[in-house]
Amino acid sequence: MKDKILLAHGSGGKLAHDLVEKSFVPALANPLLNRLDDSAVIDFSGRLAFTTDSYVVKPIFFPGGDIGKLAVCGTVNDLAMSGAKPLYLSLAFIIEEGLPQDELNKIVSSVRKAAQEARVEIVTGDTKVVNRGSADKLFINTAGVGIIPEGVNVSGDRAVPGDKIILSGNIGDHGIAVLSQREGLSFSTQLESDCAPLGSLVARMLAASSDIHCLRDPTRGGLATTLKELAKQSKVSIRIEEEKIPVRQEVLAACEMLGFDPLYVANEGKLVAIVPAKDADKVLKAMRGNHYGAEAAIIGEVGAEHPGRVVMKTCMGSSRIIDMLVGDPLPRIC
Amino acid sequence: MKFITEFRQSELAEGLISQIHRKSKTPVRFMEFCGGHTVTIFRYGIRQLLPETIEMVSGPGCPVCVTANADLDKAIALSRMPDIIITTFGDMIKVPGSYSSLQKAKADGADVRMVYSTMDALKIAEENHDKSVVFLGIGFETTAPTIAASVLQAEERGIKNYYVLSMHKLCPPVIRTLLDSGEVKLHGLICPGHVSTVIGSHPWEFIARDYGIPCVVSGFEPLDVLQCVAMLVEQVENGESKVEIAYRRGVRPEGNQEALKLIGQTFKPCPTEWRGIGNVPDSGLKLKNKYQSFDAELAFDIDPGPTYEPAGCICGDILRGVKTPADCNLFGKACTPENPVGPCMVSSEGSCSAYYLYGGNLEG
Repeated sequence: MKDKILLAHGSGGKLAHDLVEKSFVPALANPLLNRLDDSAVIDFSGRLAFTTDSYVVKPIFFPGGDIGKLAVCGTVNDLAMSGAKPLYLSLAFIIEEGLPQDELNKIVSSVRKAAQEARVEIVTGDTKVVNRGSADKLFINTAGVGIIPEGVNVSGDRAVPGDKIILSGNIGDHGIAVLSQREGLSFSTQLESDCAPLGSLVARMLAASSDIHCLRDPTRGGLATTLKELAKQSKVSIRIEEEKIPVRQEVLAACEMLGFDPLYVANEGKLVAIVPAKDADKVLKAMRGNHYGAEAAIIGEVGAEHPGRVVMKTCMGSSRIIDMLVGDPLPRIC
Repeated sequence: MKFITEFRQSELAEGLISQIHRKSKTPVRFMEFCGGHTVTIFRYGIRQLLPETIEMVSGPGCPVCVTANADLDKAIALSRMPDIIITTFGDMIKVPGSYSSLQKAKADGADVRMVYSTMDALKIAEENHDKSVVFLGIGFETTAPTIAASVLQAEERGIKNYYVLSMHKLCPPVIRTLLDSGEVKLHGLICPGHVSTVIGSHPWEFIARDYGIPCVVSGFEPLDVLQCVAMLVEQVENGESKVEIAYRRGVRPEGNQEALKLIGQTFKPCPTEWRGIGNVPDSGLKLKNKYQSFDAELAFDIDPGPTYEPAGCICGDILRGVKTPADCNLFGKACTPENPVGPCMVSSEGSCSAYYLYGGNLEG
């Protein structure tokens, strides 16, 4: 019989201590966490970026990642999109009783690997175990802090007419990979989630130009929703070209079969940058020199007319308005 | 050959567009029957690329949209009965019936599950012996064979707790009804692509022969649709009316015999109610007597109560091609994809949804 997580593991008693000391601390060890005090106490100076997020992805393991990697990358990316250098994360697990211990171990191990790659430390955490049916296997809540370097001012309201829009790579991989795993859809090639920490990519970009205006990761809602948010926040228009947006053939094919538009499919390892035209080539070159920006491309530019509007020149040469995602995309019937 | 990017090449599009502009002299109205085509036309801005001589109208080819409220109410009532698991394709979940939707019933505790294949529904039936699993049989000739296959599989595997609520619709009879009504004068028809992969192009012959309307079966990529429009223009300008296929990679004139056999073996035609169009003879499918034990309508005592049509919603007129979403007072105000009043705003293939998402006014 495989070991499973019991309600008692969240009770605060002996089993709970064992879980923390055997499963979490050894894997995630660092001086701040090892103290096991009620709070992590950190010295810092400068401008602080502070974010929180929750992860409820189903299934918890998917091609290219799992909920642990996703939680670390998602939180790190939220910090990086503020121009911050991500430093410390908190991690709270809400576990449905009955989760196999080895699945939890695997997830903690992915957390460790992702944190190592992103050069962040998990400095505080919490575990709760809930009755079967009260959660779906495992939920993770995180918080993260980072420091914003001197002279960096990245915000969704800073896009100005003339700026260039850069996308860091192929869109739609994560959404289609998770969907195909969840629904047991098999395509002839295995597509993997693009889930990745983007701190190092952003650091390179900021080294190339400290005047990057906006950064955002197009997660749920996809590229379309992110661009629309930025256009509204900055009160500018955005014009993109369909032919310049990189999409894998496998993603295009899956989208066609299901009736989805790749512009609205989630990503977990991509970013959109809005940069002054004079810096665009420098930033693009810096991005292409990083593993997670190798396919980066300039996909459009910012305009002044019709603030809040996003227009795409289609591959047919016509123009189409791009709006936000409404609800969850549902597969079509025929 | 990847079947997608090849059909989105701008150089080829330019050639087709200039050919259409050069050849089209007579003012015409073409209907795209299928919601999938409506989406392609809007997503790629194809109306902007056509000359003023060509007016495009959208037809009733969205299976969710044409499902009558009475049928939706039946599915919702069924979902609220004890020990029933409803399995359905995605789009159906959000569509409002008279008073509720499957989505709301689900929030109230009904067990409604979205599946991608009827085989998933069978699996759910096998895993839940103590429940009755009902598949909502919605769609045109395209989905009917897979539902027929599930019934045959259920019989073969001895699965006794699997049922189908058949709300299938057949396309050729409803087109005849539309043309007979004379409400919309058409000069060309873009025939549905996926439906034709099953039934072939022969079943459209009557339109060209009896009504003198050019017909071209189209695929769903933008170049397919442009090619199809170019072929329709060619027929119009030559004074011809025949059935052609601009989707050779998917459609054969005789259709898919295996799929047709499955339908014929399991279902028989019956009259059925179409939203906005009314009762059309022989345009529905019900399970043959031999497979009656799988018929949800016979197995359960469903009481959906009286039906109600939302005031001001003109989905029916839109489905007949008589009006466009822009003619609707609710469009974009009381009726949006977040808060849909009518089904054409819900389905991703619906005209209102396509107008709303892709048809924004570029001049405004």
